Amino acid sequence: MFAAENGLKGDPRLEAISQAIRVVPHFPKKGIMFQDITTLLLDHKAFQDTVDIFVDRYRNMDISVVAGIEARGFMFGPSIALAIGAKFVPLRKPKKLPGKVICEEYELEYGTDCLEMQVDAVQPGDRALIVDDLVATGGTLSAAIRLLGKRMGAQVVECGCVVGLPEVKGQCRLNGKPVYILVEPREIDNCRHDISSEFLNVQCSG
Amino acid sequence: MVFLLTGIEARGFIFGPPIALAIGAKFVPLRKPKKLPGEVISEEYTLEYGSDRLEMHVGAVNKGERALVVDDLIATGGTLCAAMNLLERAGAEIVECACLIELPELKGRDRLHGKPLHVLVEYH
Repeated sequence: MFAAENGLKGDPRLEAISQAIRVVPHFPKKGIMFQDITTLLLDHKAFQDTVDIFVDRYRNMDISVVAGIEARGFMFGPSIALAIGAKFVPLRKPKKLPGKVICEEYELEYGTDCLEMQVDAVQPGDRALIVDDLVATGGTLSAAIRLLGKRMGAQVVECGCVVGLPEVKGQCRLNGKPVYILVEPREIDNCRHDISSEFLNVQCSG
Repeated sequence: MVFLLTGIEARGFIFGPPIALAIGAKFVPLRKPKKLPGEVISEEYTLEYGSDRLEMHVGAVNKGERALVVDDLIATGGTLCAAMNLLERAGAEIVECACLIELPELKGRDRLHGKPLHVLVEYH
């Protein structure tokens, strides 16, 4: 669901956040209009507003853990966690986390990759928010949901992303979990026809 | 008055942004090669075996801007030194480096271009 459809319609902060994100054409490869959030991090007010919008949404949902997906999820997750009184858990690429980890595989365009989490980071009964900068196919977020929910017994309350493809408008869910998104990608025309809804792991109702 | 705060991938991204937000600074991520889109400057540094590179966006830093460098830990100081080189090449004035943890025996502190290092805990 988009923030503008959920109580923030016309909120000027959302437009400023959208405008603060730079679009880099043909990165990492031709045809992709990369949504570069590093320019958002340079705009202190827009960055603060981004965190505040998530904090306002989640502060009364009894969230006990915020999981951030390496590496851009690390730029947003900890600030949210600190503000709502939750612990922060990094979800990382393989072999980065020391100690005992569990690993959940997900698909790339060619081949697969793995998302890891330390086994003692999350307890059954923890209420979790998963944060990343952007949701596209939902593959990485789905792996995170499986790691926290299915594998560790936490209750995944929601996924929060700064940018999300329009396909997730309305009541769309990822692995049965809601996804809350602040803004859509910009300047996307003619550039994302390689991703159609049949490749998205998103079920849309209505 | 600090204007910008750089964090080194990836654990510097966990601590840097909350500090930047709290002090009103912009946050600039320093990343492994090929992660940052658009134009970057790049600094090579040596590892125990071989070398690696740290990249920063062109235009993220303005000449004369005062900067902090944040990472979770300083060991030999190689990565921090590379980060400082990047900032100085872009014209920043580095105020201080800040890390949670220092391994003092590895003397990383001596590689910080004479700039101060602020740490919270030492590990011997």
